[in-house]
Amino acid sequence: MEFILETKDVNKYFHKPKEFHVLKDISFGVKKGEFTAIMGKSGSGKSTLLYILSTMDTDYKGQLYLNHQLVTGKSQRELSQIRNKHIGFVFQFHYLLSEFSVLENVMLPAKKLGERSPAEIERNAQQKLEMLHIGHLAHQRASRISGGEKQRVAIARALINDPTILMGDEPTGNLDSHNSENVFNIFKKLKEEQGLSLLVVTHDEDFAKRTDRIIQMEDGRIITY
Amino acid sequence: MINWNVILGIAKTHLLTKMKSTVTATLGVTFGIGSYITLVSFMTGLNTMLDDLVLNQTPHIHIYNEIRPSANQPVALYEDFKNAFNVIRSIKPKLSQKKIHNALPMLNYLKKQPNVHGATPQLRAQIFYLSGSMELGGNLTGVDIMEEVRLSNLRDNIVEGSPEALKNNENGILLGSGLAEKMSLSLGDRVQISTVSGNIFPLKIVGIYQSGIADVDNVQSFTNLKTVQRILGEAENYVTDINIKLTDITEAQSMADQLEKQFNVKAMGINEANAQFETGSNIRNLITYAVSITLLIVAGFGIYNILNMLIYEKMKDIAILKATGFSGTDVQLIFMAQAMIIGMAGGIMGLSIGFALSKIIDQAPFETEALPTITTYPVNYDPVYYIIGIIFALVSTFVAGYLPSKRAKKIDPVKIIRGT
Repeated sequence: MEFILETKDVNKYFHKPKEFHVLKDISFGVKKGEFTAIMGKSGSGKSTLLYILSTMDTDYKGQLYLNHQLVTGKSQRELSQIRNKHIGFVFQFHYLLSEFSVLENVMLPAKKLGERSPAEIERNAQQKLEMLHIGHLAHQRASRISGGEKQRVAIARALINDPTILMGDEPTGNLDSHNSENVFNIFKKLKEEQGLSLLVVTHDEDFAKRTDRIIQMEDGRIITY
Repeated sequence: MINWNVILGIAKTHLLTKMKSTVTATLGVTFGIGSYITLVSFMTGLNTMLDDLVLNQTPHIHIYNEIRPSANQPVALYEDFKNAFNVIRSIKPKLSQKKIHNALPMLNYLKKQPNVHGATPQLRAQIFYLSGSMELGGNLTGVDIMEEVRLSNLRDNIVEGSPEALKNNENGILLGSGLAEKMSLSLGDRVQISTVSGNIFPLKIVGIYQSGIADVDNVQSFTNLKTVQRILGEAENYVTDINIKLTDITEAQSMADQLEKQFNVKAMGINEANAQFETGSNIRNLITYAVSITLLIVAGFGIYNILNMLIYEKMKDIAILKATGFSGTDVQLIFMAQAMIIGMAGGIMGLSIGFALSKIIDQAPFETEALPTITTYPVNYDPVYYIIGIIFALVSTFVAGYLPSKRAKKIDPVKIIRGT
């Protein structure tokens, strides 16, 4: 099966505080509809890799392909468009815009994309929220809802533009077991029902075991594929 | 493809949720612009008034016969001394008449010039005002009164009576207010004047003239040109001065030079006569601008600070926006939009406050002996200052917003999200 996200010989160095080779010859791919977990100890470079894959970090050597298109070397403006349209991102610490309502938070990336009418975007956003069972929170301020709810809002936001791939940087790292379970089930459901590709960095072994595939990293290399 | 709705929407939410900072920043601009408008309106109002006080009494070009020694002394004509070094002692001014040669044809010529707004003949005579046994020295100027009124602010300076009354009375006089006070005379009374040669004439006071400059009001009176000609026993072409108003004051000097050559008379341009005056008003303008620009710069720094703090607070938001697909330019525009909204709102409020304060100053009573026609403080409502005000508000907020927003543009989302 074809890879939708693929890296070839990615190397990355940290220059500060001293020269450090973080990622060494990373070459791997994520297939469509695959639920992949990246595991590894702190400092193994797994988050660094994820940020390169997300196109936010451009300071690396090697090539990154998204949907068979070379992403490496594109301008910041093009990269932000790619992120906007093709990549959904969920962080460890929810990261909602606290001054906006839940609904507005979810709608923002779609408004930026500007492919649909505002009414359509709103309907879509509401639908995503319903799907994650938080439709009733739509008009709350983002700062007024609980941690688990925030993470689900963040997922809804990541999904609003129907991305090619959803990336998570320890999306359950800050949640209790009940909410973690909840988030895992949501991911699972997205994969099964919508064929969404997922790539999640995690420390949580229980979480990782239930995914399709685990990539183990150590000292900047992929050890099990 | 910049989506202004989204950008303005985010900017609006930021501004509304940080109401305190927004209001502080806006008030900074408001006070800056407000005080600029007030100050500039008031200062230029005063300047204009002071300028008018002197300039309206001064013709743009003043033509007269100057009493001076002849440049070519007779000895220069004497062949034998041609190559000698001649020393002449005790040179006396050349004996010539005070009147301007061919004054009436010259007037006709001047009136036909396209850049001449008007030219009026005057006859200035040294006379004495008689009050009982007292003799007060003074000047009596014969004028074409209606032309003078048209070309200068003479009407404003006639505090009692009217120029029309003088026009209709062959023996009328507009008496200087200082003189009227000294001699205890008022409108309708008669005053006796005596020429240098001793002839005495009674004239009827049809108006009181007050220029606001005491030295002038203590000696100067006006009457009709013909009256003075009659008193002096001179013909109708006897004119000692010609005053010219131009349509464009900047041509005064060049035209004066040209007239001097053309008619062999002394012609003095307004700049020559009032050089020190222009310096004074230039310096006053300079002070006004220095103070205004200081105020506006202070307001600009206020905006800079507040936006900087706002961006510092919003680091995480900026990182999220970038992670979800907003470009650096989008983020910069969000903060620039906030700065410009603050600038626009503050600027407009500043203009309104400045206008209101100017109105209040305009109402404040200001009465002074020196300025008979002015009862309240003068204020200049020139719209140019309002346009400068709003432009400066926008420019200063643009600059103040540009630097912090540039920083927001460059924020690396990975660094913020990973907390390094």
